Parts: sequence; structure tokens; C-alpha cells
Amino acid sequence: MGIVEAILLSVITAATPLVLAAAGELVTERSGVLNLGVEGMMIMGAVCAFAATQLTGSPYLGVLAGVAAGASFSLLFGFLTLTLVANQVATGLALTLLGIGASGMIGESFLGMQGIKLQPIAIPLLSELPLVGPLLFRQDAIFYLSVAIVAGIHWFLFRSRAGLKLRAVGDSHGSAHALGVDVIGIRYLAVLFGGACAGLAGAQLSLVYTPQWVENMSAGRGWIALALVVFSSWRPWRIVVGGYLFGAVSISQLHAQAFGIGIPSQFLSSLPYVATIVVLILISHNRRMTLINTPASLGKPFVPDR
Amino acid sequence: MPVKGSTASGPLLAVRNLTKLFGSFAACNAIDLQIESGEIHALLGENGAGKSTLVKMLFGVLAPTAGEILWKGDAVRIASPGDARKLGIGMVFQHFSLFEALTVAENIALSMDRNVSLGRVAEEASRLSRAYGLPLDPKAHVADLSVGERQRIEIVRALLQNPQLIILDEPTSVLTPQEADRLFETLYKLKAEGRSVLYISHRLEEVQRLCDRATVLRHGQVTGACDPRAETPASLARMMVGSEVAAVTPEGTNTKGAVQLEVRHLSVAARTPFAVSLKNVSLKVRAGEVLAIAGVAGNGQSELFDALSGEYPVADDNAVHIRQTPVGTKGINARRLMGAGFVPEERHGHAAVSALPLSDNLVLARNQSDRRAFLGGGFLKVIRQDAVKAATRRISENMDVRKSGDDPPAASLSGGNLQKFIVGRELDREPSVLVVNQPTWGVDAGAASRIRRALVDLAKAGSAVLVISQDLDEIFEVATEIAVISDGRLSDAYPARELSREKIGLLMGGLHGLTEGAGAAHAH
Repeated sequence: MGIVEAILLSVITAATPLVLAAAGELVTERSGVLNLGVEGMMIMGAVCAFAATQLTGSPYLGVLAGVAAGASFSLLFGFLTLTLVANQVATGLALTLLGIGASGMIGESFLGMQGIKLQPIAIPLLSELPLVGPLLFRQDAIFYLSVAIVAGIHWFLFRSRAGLKLRAVGDSHGSAHALGVDVIGIRYLAVLFGGACAGLAGAQLSLVYTPQWVENMSAGRGWIALALVVFSSWRPWRIVVGGYLFGAVSISQLHAQAFGIGIPSQFLSSLPYVATIVVLILISHNRRMTLINTPASLGKPFVPDR
Repeated sequence: MPVKGSTASGPLLAVRNLTKLFGSFAACNAIDLQIESGEIHALLGENGAGKSTLVKMLFGVLAPTAGEILWKGDAVRIASPGDARKLGIGMVFQHFSLFEALTVAENIALSMDRNVSLGRVAEEASRLSRAYGLPLDPKAHVADLSVGERQRIEIVRALLQNPQLIILDEPTSVLTPQEADRLFETLYKLKAEGRSVLYISHRLEEVQRLCDRATVLRHGQVTGACDPRAETPASLARMMVGSEVAAVTPEGTNTKGAVQLEVRHLSVAARTPFAVSLKNVSLKVRAGEVLAIAGVAGNGQSELFDALSGEYPVADDNAVHIRQTPVGTKGINARRLMGAGFVPEERHGHAAVSALPLSDNLVLARNQSDRRAFLGGGFLKVIRQDAVKAATRRISENMDVRKSGDDPPAASLSGGNLQKFIVGRELDREPSVLVVNQPTWGVDAGAASRIRRALVDLAKAGSAVLVISQDLDEIFEVATEIAVISDGRLSDAYPARELSREKIGLLMGGLHGLTEGAGAAHAH
């Protein structure tokens, strides 16, 4: 394995959790709900995936546990913000804090244990291709899932009737309600999907990226995913572009150090956020872009028929 | 697209004795209405006459309290918009329910009950839009479209259901004249196909041009059914505003005071395509007078209020004088500091910030004009909560504002109570000039009478009061002088006791000067 291949492979591994969590959050936000608890749902996914793998010996059951943990955590968020109409920003922040604390507690007995890695699945023929083969077709199941999820979201949002309803709810929940669309129901599903994706991203961290449990191992990736959604201006494929860009930046910190290049690592780790700010400026510069791309009722609570 | 069915000779839709009560208030009172196949039927009436309530019952948004609706001769119960659509009734709302971020085709698809592919929707929509002269690009985003184009989406949405009756609620209120002409062509086409149109409007000339029959509503009751083309604007206006004898005119103070508010040859170009330009408006209000400006909505009232209050200052400083001082180019706070008070038309979002408590709304309006009373701490301008709270309490007591709690958010008050507070907020300053736009619009009778009495009392105490109103009852109740605004032109002012409703009706129809007869018709 050449050095280029190794670097690219590490970029893909670093980018996959970002893409997954951001793709889920994109669907949530497209429905008009801002869930700032991505970091919390991700770390819950990570610890539950690791624990379940240790207890059952099957990393696939671990993946399922991670997804379930993220989804049920998001259900808590949904209940608070959609049913009880709590403030979405405050609830999301609380979810993150709760997730970090609860995961530390759950994971205490698993600290320092040797993890079980989710093994790559080589796709026949395609994996034999030079360079592309080992990079894209000799990957773990979560990577394949991440590609399928982004493609699926794109199809769902822009080709299906249910996706159209979801976008309508995110654009104007009042009008959608008037047309007979079930605003709260759709938002619950969108929040659940976002939680499941964040949980899956967490499972990737503790089963693929670094197969072990370390407290606070999500290390701010949830926040990068949130920035990534804005960076993508709520378009699924741009999540992939941005995710790999942000992944590359985070990996370059390690490689820069290895090669002795004198760029402060703090500068590099701030790059995703700088890029997001630049994108925000570009978007807000163009009112039309903002109107068409941003879910107009993002973060606004919906109370039918007061 | 041919219309199926409807071979019966009876009317397409008949309404018998339809009544809607809100509490004890009858928004619609024993309405009879009949719409034939293939006619454009106008529903005429002032704001608050009950037009919207009636139409909402026909479209299943509101449930009638009493009475029946007959569709092709059969009594029907319309419980939801879905029921109405199934019968063949389509509706184009005044305030659109569109999604800005979505494309035209997506917006249309959302309103369809069946699951149809977007491609099919786009095809069908462009076919309809071509057939009815409603050009639309199915791929365009609504955010990029003009108001007229947005309305076309709503019309195409309604047409996709192949309705036999289409209801349009004030469709031209948001259209430019060119867009309105286009809409009329579409409506003629619908009529030619045998469909019926129920056209809600208060614009007389449109109704005369377009409609075969008209039903006129006033205070929730039918006051006339006629062929609008056989009527004159004056006779239609009379049906809209009523023709009973005026209520007792308030005795004005006989001693004429000094001119406190004067407008001299004010002309203002229309700011938007939907605005009316003001044309050479002049008026004088003396201390002790209440000048009421009557007129059908949308004839320049808002524009006149904006120029008087300074919300949009005018180019000519001499066009507006407050207490003998030219203020045309001054802003609203400068005019308030000179002793003027202003009450705009919309309570929520204009006169008051709905989410803020009453005390904050008080400070927002009067932080400049009464800064010594409400602000302390020198340049820090700290709000003196005790003084503000005391003033809030004083205003509430004086105007009998009923509210929950000491200082609730404006949104929690009923329309009438909030309006009393807003008027009271200005009266509390004892302004020497008060300009009020639609002081009792959408307000219950008790609050309306409280507000009107306050306006009369203010004038008796020696202030100059200018009231812009569409409600003739109100005008005769408060005014000492009356002028009529029509298409941005203001008539001369006449003493209220010399004017009859008929003469006001004539002036509303756009005839200037009071000499009835051949000469008057050419007055402008």
C-alpha cells in the first residue's frame, strides 16, 4: 500500500462519520427542526455500539445498537421540542451535554478494552481495480451505507412525494398544515432519522475509526457535522464534498505533524468552521439562494390551531 | 375542458337563510344567494360585511350556525375544503398558501390528493396554464415570482380539480392593472365553458365590468341583488354603505379654532405597483373639529395616513403643516414632538409588537415624544419602569382595557381591547392633533363606541382630530366635517349635518363636487 493510498484511505475513514451525521441532520433540518444534539447522539451511538459488540461479540449487532441509541436519544429531543414545544436550541444543547455525560457512565466498564473491528467487505471484481479498488470497494459496511444513505436522501427529497411533503413542512409549516399535511408526524420521523444517522456515525467511530472506547471520543465531530449541513446549503451531495474536505483537513493535521510541516494544528482544526462561515457569507449575499435553499421555518416551533 | 353534469335547469348553488354566529355576533345573518351556471357573480361589501365568512362556509372552512346550502338542487353539508373540492367548488384565497422554496409544479403537486409524478403535474399544469392564458413555468421557484404569477399558481391549482364553481377572494387587491386585465380574460374563458365564478370584491368598477349579477352584503345581511351593469357606481356604493337616516351628528364646537393640521396640494407618486398615488390633496382641520375621510378601501387612505404621520415623509416640506409649522419632510418622531399623535390601521405588527407586553409597546411609541417622563439616567436613557407601568395602568383604566394580568403581551388582548389601548396610548398624551386610520376596524361594538366617544371628547377638549374610516355609521357618529377620498383625490370637506349618505355614495363613486346632474359626471 503506497503512501498516497494510505492517506486517502485515512481521509475516507475520517470523513464517513461526518457525512453520516450531517446527512441525518440535513433531513431533520429540511423538515424545519434544528437539532443541536448531534454530538450527544453520536457519542451515545459510539458507546452503545462498542458495548453491544463487547457483550455479543458481533460488531453488526453493535452497529444496530448504535443506530438504536441515536434514534431513541433523538426521540427524547422530538418529544421535548415537538410535543412539548420546548426551545429547540436549548433542548439540543442539553441533549449534547446529556449524551457526553451518559456515555461516560455507560462506557466506564468498557474503558481500555480491546475492540472488535468491523471488517471490510471486498466487492468482487471491483475491489481488484488499481487504487480505486482498495479505496472504495474494500471498505466496511458503514462506508457503503453512507454512500447509499446520501444517494437515498437525494432521491427521497427531490423525487418522492413524501420528500416533497417534508420540504414543504420545512418551508412553511402553516401552509403545509392548511393543505392537510401532518406537520408534527413528519417532523418526528425526520428527527428520528437524524438520530439514527448520528448513532450510525458514532458506531463507525468505536468500531472502525478507532475500535475502542475512549471517553468523549466524538471530539466535536457532531459540531463539524452541524457546520457541514450549513456548508452544504442543505443539498445532500454537497455533504459528501464538504465531508471529505473537512475529513481531509482533520487528517492533514496528523500528516503535517508526521512530515514536520510547521502549521499549528489549532489552525487546521479551525478550518472547517472558517469554511462554513465563508459559505454562510456567500449564501446570505444572495437572497434568492437563501430563500430557495434554507428551510424557512427552521427552528420555529409549530403549534397547530391555537 | 368541458364541464360534466349540470343539465338541471335550477341554479348551480343556492344558499338559503345561511347564518353564522360568533358568540352573539351575527357575521352572516339569514343570507340568501343564488349562483347560476356560467355566470360571474359578484359578492360586494365593505370590509367586515360578512363576505369572507360566507365564502368560508361555502368552502367548508367554517360550519354554518343555521341555514342550508343547495348544490344543483340538493341540500349538502360541506364539512371541509376536501368536501367542497369533491362537489366541484374551487377557491383562490386572498392570502396565498404557497411554499416559496419549492417550484411551481411541486406546489401544485402538494395540493393534489392523488400521488401523481411531478412530470405529469408539470405537464398538466402547463397545459391548463396555456389553455387559460395563465403563463407559468412549472420549474420556476415561487420565491422568484411576482404576486400576479403566484396568484396564477393558486388558480391553476383550483382548475386542476375541474371545478364548476370557482371562488376568488379579492383577487385584484394584490394585482397591477395589467395583471388584473389578464385575470379577467381568464375569468371570461371560464364563464364561456359554462363554469361559474363567485367574485368577491369591493371595487365597483371591476364588478360592473366583469360580473353578470351581484349580491351586496352589509353588516352580515343581503342589502341588494342586482345586475351591476344596470347600476351606477353611486347606487352600488349606496347599497354597500346603506341608506338609512344618519345617526345623530355630534354637535361640533361652534367657535372655530385655529387650523392645527393642514395639507396643501399634496401629491405623492405610488410607491409600489399596488399603491394609489395621491393627487393634489388639500385639507384643513381646526381645533375642536373632527374631520372624517370616507371612502372605499384602497383609494389612497393608507398613503394619506403615511404622508400625514411621516412614516413616509414627502418631498415638499410645505405640503403638511402641523400647528402652522411645515413638517412635510419630517419623520414621525419630529411630528409627535410637535404635539401630534398617530394611530395606524394594523394593530399587530404596526401599531403594536404582538409579542411584547403593553408597557414595552408604550415605550416603543413614546420614547422620543415623552422621553422626560419615561427615560432616566441621562445619556444612558434607562427606562423608568415605574413611570411606564403607571402610565400603562392609567391608559388601561381610562379606556376600560380588559386584559389578563397587569402587563400582558399585546397578542393576548382581544382586537377591541388592544385597539382601545393603542388609541388610549395616544390620547394619554393629550395631543393637539390626532390622526387615526380605521379606528374601529374589526372591533366589537362596545369597544368601537368607547373609542368613538374618546375621539369626540378629544375634539371637544380643543384638539384637531382626523379620522380615516370606511364605516359610514362611524363617520356620522364622530365627524363634524366629512370629506371623501376616491382614487387618491380628496373631495372638499362638508359639514357633517349637510351631507346625506346618498351624497357620500356619489362622492365615493368618484364624482367630485356636490352638484348632482350632468355637469358632475365630467368633474374630473
